[in-house]
Amino acid sequence: MTGNGLFQILIYLVMIVALAKPMGVFMGRVFAGERTFLHPLLRPLERLCYALAGVREEAEQRWTQYAGSVLSFSFFSFLFVYALQRLQGMLPLNPAAFSTHRAPANATAMTPDLAFNTAVSFVTNTNWQSYVGETTLSYLVQMAALTVQNFASAAAGVAIAIALIRGFARQQASSIGNFWVDLTRAVVYIFLPLSLAGALFLCSQGVIQNLAPYTQATTLEGKTQVIAQGPVASQEAIKMIGTNGGGFFNANSAHPFENPTPLTNFVQMLMIFLIPAGLTYTFGRMVGDTRQGWALLAAMSVLFLCGVLIVYAAEQSGNPNLSKIGVLSAASDTQPGGNMEGKEVRFGIAATALFATITTAASCGAVIGMHDSFTPIGGMVPLFNMQSGEVIFGGTGAGLYGMLLFAILAVFIAGLMVGRTPEYLGKKIEAKEVKMAMLALIATSSVILLFTGASSVISFAKDSHWNGSYGAATGNLNNGGPHGFAEILYAYSSGAGNNGSAFAGISANTPWYNLTIGLSMLVGRFLIIIPMLAAAGSLAAKKKLAVTTGTLPTHGPLFVTLLIGTVIIVGALTFFPALSLSPIVEHFLMLEGRLF
Amino acid sequence: MHTQTAPVRAASDPTDLLPKKLAHSRPLWDREILQRAIRESFVKLNPVQLLKNPVIFVVEVGAVITTLLLIQDFSRGSADAGFNVQISLWLWFTVLFANFAEAMAEARGKAQADTLRKTKTDSMAKRVISGGRTEKVSASQLRAGDFVICEAGDIIPGDGEVVEGIATVDESVITGESAPVIRESGGDRSAVTGGTRVLSDEIKIKITSNPGETFLDRMIALVEGAERQKTPNEIALNILIAGLTLIFLLAVVTLQPFSQYAAASAGSGAVPSVAVLVSLLVCLIPTTIGGLLSAIGIAGMDRVMQHNVLAMSGKAVEASGDVNTLLLDKTGTITIGNRQAVELLPIGGVTEQELAEAAQLSSLADETPEGRSVVVLAKQKYGLRGRELSHHEAHFIPFSAYTRMSGVDINSDHLRKGAADSIAQFVKENGGTVPPELREITERISRQGGTPLAVANGRRALGVIHLKDVVKGGMKERLAQLRRMGIQTVMITGDNPLTAAAIAAEAGVDNFLAQASPADKLNYIKKEQAEGRLVAMTGDGTNDAPALAQADVGLAMNTGTMAAKEAGNMVDLDSNPTKLIEVVAIGKQLLITRGALTTFSIANDVAKYFAIIPAMFMATYPALGALNIMGLHNPKSAVLAAVIFNALIIIALVPLALRGVKYRPEGAGTLLRRNLLIYGLGGLIAPFPGIWVIDRVVHVLGLA
Repeated sequence: MTGNGLFQILIYLVMIVALAKPMGVFMGRVFAGERTFLHPLLRPLERLCYALAGVREEAEQRWTQYAGSVLSFSFFSFLFVYALQRLQGMLPLNPAAFSTHRAPANATAMTPDLAFNTAVSFVTNTNWQSYVGETTLSYLVQMAALTVQNFASAAAGVAIAIALIRGFARQQASSIGNFWVDLTRAVVYIFLPLSLAGALFLCSQGVIQNLAPYTQATTLEGKTQVIAQGPVASQEAIKMIGTNGGGFFNANSAHPFENPTPLTNFVQMLMIFLIPAGLTYTFGRMVGDTRQGWALLAAMSVLFLCGVLIVYAAEQSGNPNLSKIGVLSAASDTQPGGNMEGKEVRFGIAATALFATITTAASCGAVIGMHDSFTPIGGMVPLFNMQSGEVIFGGTGAGLYGMLLFAILAVFIAGLMVGRTPEYLGKKIEAKEVKMAMLALIATSSVILLFTGASSVISFAKDSHWNGSYGAATGNLNNGGPHGFAEILYAYSSGAGNNGSAFAGISANTPWYNLTIGLSMLVGRFLIIIPMLAAAGSLAAKKKLAVTTGTLPTHGPLFVTLLIGTVIIVGALTFFPALSLSPIVEHFLMLEGRLF
Repeated sequence: MHTQTAPVRAASDPTDLLPKKLAHSRPLWDREILQRAIRESFVKLNPVQLLKNPVIFVVEVGAVITTLLLIQDFSRGSADAGFNVQISLWLWFTVLFANFAEAMAEARGKAQADTLRKTKTDSMAKRVISGGRTEKVSASQLRAGDFVICEAGDIIPGDGEVVEGIATVDESVITGESAPVIRESGGDRSAVTGGTRVLSDEIKIKITSNPGETFLDRMIALVEGAERQKTPNEIALNILIAGLTLIFLLAVVTLQPFSQYAAASAGSGAVPSVAVLVSLLVCLIPTTIGGLLSAIGIAGMDRVMQHNVLAMSGKAVEASGDVNTLLLDKTGTITIGNRQAVELLPIGGVTEQELAEAAQLSSLADETPEGRSVVVLAKQKYGLRGRELSHHEAHFIPFSAYTRMSGVDINSDHLRKGAADSIAQFVKENGGTVPPELREITERISRQGGTPLAVANGRRALGVIHLKDVVKGGMKERLAQLRRMGIQTVMITGDNPLTAAAIAAEAGVDNFLAQASPADKLNYIKKEQAEGRLVAMTGDGTNDAPALAQADVGLAMNTGTMAAKEAGNMVDLDSNPTKLIEVVAIGKQLLITRGALTTFSIANDVAKYFAIIPAMFMATYPALGALNIMGLHNPKSAVLAAVIFNALIIIALVPLALRGVKYRPEGAGTLLRRNLLIYGLGGLIAPFPGIWVIDRVVHVLGLA
């Protein structure tokens, strides 16, 4: 590890922690309906939304109504995205003529299963991409379907987190807010202004924004190269800010049109953690004790820092088998050393390790390098980040409510050890909350484990409908042995964690993978949201207990340690067998000189 | 002769809220209980019964599967048969050990119930029929509303209220206390309990409960655990461990396809056998806490019982751990109940010695506790020995409500003590003058919450005796402990605010409620609850009943009225209000024990993974041997060691589950830190050496 690399990581973490409070205060004011500096400009827009949708701003919803609104909003969003993809051939803004008879030879067909997978993916804030953007989707679909969902799904996540916070903050209340109001405020005051500013900045640095047809260029060798174009900047900003991660191009943020310079790269990384970090402060502010928010931020930061240092160390030390045959693996002024396979030269090892950890910790899923090409241990960290529930900052809103799920569990298990019925923020944690937390935990881990299990053994007839020419589900893998297994495990972990990043190395655009990963995404999104909203409803109805010296303190280093321990132990106990058959054994085999 | 004035109750070790010696305690390993528990462990193998405990049920299903597979092993003559037999056996032991833990806890209650039941003989009762005559009927024929007459030697036939007369009653059946108690009509000492015996006099009782519903019946049912329902926290914990069991079931079941892929791609090894997969599952699911959970709950109830407190439900015991506010009656709880002389303040040119002598002489015939305390003070502080004064030299003047003084006339001395204004009057009548000092001193004492008693000899005012409420020995320390535990104490007293404030400050209570009427108590409880606090209180009178019912924990005194006992959710058979503090400690201990064993159970899993995972995949991926950090001999001994450790740890922790983990009155942060270190970190580390040792033993014995 180089001093420069460590400095990049450190400065990043410091900036995120510094941004948490201003962001958190601003979001807290927005959701409390207080005036902010943006109100003179945007309040009319907000009111217009309510007027158009017939929403009564002051109407409150019970948790069941709130959950019903989330589900219906997501369902209609899904239908819209699905329809737009399937009909893109008949619709405008399709210069490459996808889904028509004039489509280029390398275009991917928009099959029902691909449209399903993509629609689910963007509605659930996952942004798993079974498609290649520049050879599959029209500009209209990219903008009206995907970019819109980047806003909507991110805002929905934030709304749900706010609803859960209200569960802790309110007492003896029957309602937890109004989904439509929370959604509107999140979009109007938070995501729109930030994305606009972000997009303008990215444009200024060279990210493209046009509706032009693809450029035909002649290379120095005299060959023709098609250079894809499109409205990239407008999608790029929200892709990061909304922790969506679905790239306009297949190469995602490794593509120079999406992420041209180290500066844009750094800003993009800041954009990912900006809202998740800020929400921890909003949480503390709303429950009336900012220390509670800092405690969550501390737990997230420690877990994140451990992850990034492990990835960086693993990637910088590279593959010992290459060193053995005389490849220089030490960093020097003229070469980066370590494992540069699958990494952009302009970003290097430290930034790629940092980006990979951020994107998987935050359920973003944008990538600037091939995680498949990481060393086994370097690849295990992103995998574990997703499997531990995407709570290390996590998705916008989703990270916070996921972390609160773990806080509930930590308080319940260890809280008993202070000799009182466990309580968190003055709310007793009882059967209902534990049931909901366990339900969420079981749902996500079960889809990861069961679908990975199924895909590692299921076999289809060659050229069958389900898996096409690949035959067995393992036929889609680029690698064998434990690494191939990791590719399957990663795909379902990414889906269920609503991350969307790809380990890659697996050709997932077949009905089998599109359907099962699609289901993983649905379970990973809604079977956490519904239990968490149910918990919010139950918590809101409870009395707030007085805090005494007999109350378990949930703001100090002890609780932070406990929370970190719970996240790691629950994740590790669930996935240790699976991980030991993938990156762990691969690591030991690598040390023995066997590669996959 | 030396008389001890103050502490009635010697201060126990202030760091330990729970005294070691208890009236109803019994040894942990009682032979009879042990036999009963072992018998019950097998009865509990009934899967229908085990279904209540999902974790152990899963173990039993695993045991059945591996046992059935043995038939296959033997018919094929499998090389693994020996190993599989051992795994099956240990799985059955795991179930039995868990059953044993629960049976042990239950058997202790049942033994106690048996003792109680023996005392429940069907006595004959004298029922009052019209015209004041009585008829002899069996106690079981009595109904609520009947009147019966009991005289010396009679067993009281049912629960009731004394409506006429006064009697001494032996209640040792219920309380274990052999000293008789007085029961009389009217007031707060009118309740009598069926099964107790009248020792003297005759009383008329109105029966208040039907046969089978008496206090004794309920007590038997409670200690036996017949009506035991899972408490809210137990239900929540059950959900957690059932959920974890499901997650581990998924993790183990999916290992089958995972290993199929691994074996196929590595070209060596095979899918782990069912016995090994079941072993891994049983090791991972929280069997420790699953096996001990109900035992912890029952033992908690039992521990309350050993303190001679009858909790009407496990929920009440749990709630007592959550209490934030304790309402304590001043008299009898915080103070020893009687005012005591603590200081002699002479006035004018009188010496202390002279005042002491006068005070002592004037109190010699005073048999009230206050009077005796004056004699004792004089003796202890001024070395005056009690003198025998015969009636011919001294003429004692008893206290009368009219004069409001008492005293003695010896020779020419006319010694009087009493209320300041009465004494002033007395002095003036004898032609003396009262120095203004007297008023100043009496006022000062009043302000401090004490009671002044003036002393005079004829026309001379001598000084003032300072009487005050004496805080029970050790009380201050106990209240300080409660504060450390985050519990605030509120003193309830009928005294005026001035007096109350002084006692409150001396005892170190956080707050007080002066001139408190029962309605004030009720309102105070409601106010505390509205602010999110849980309140515990004690009470004995009928007018305490609403507050007892409102409080989250209401500890009624056994000497109290039936209404009070019905309203509370616990009854203290010793009628010692200070017991509330112990009950709170037991409630906390119960919850801590649950949390500690849950944490321990989950933390244990890490080591088991390191034992079993490398063993499972030794043939497929020998490289995973790097995870065998314990250096276990071979895959079979590793799996066996983990399973044996998992079973033995249940038995090893039975005493802890029954006794409860050590509880120290400390703040939540300190408690959590210590318990996390012991049970969290300890749980993480302990299995490593444990499994390592068992693996050696298994290897040496040639078992695998």
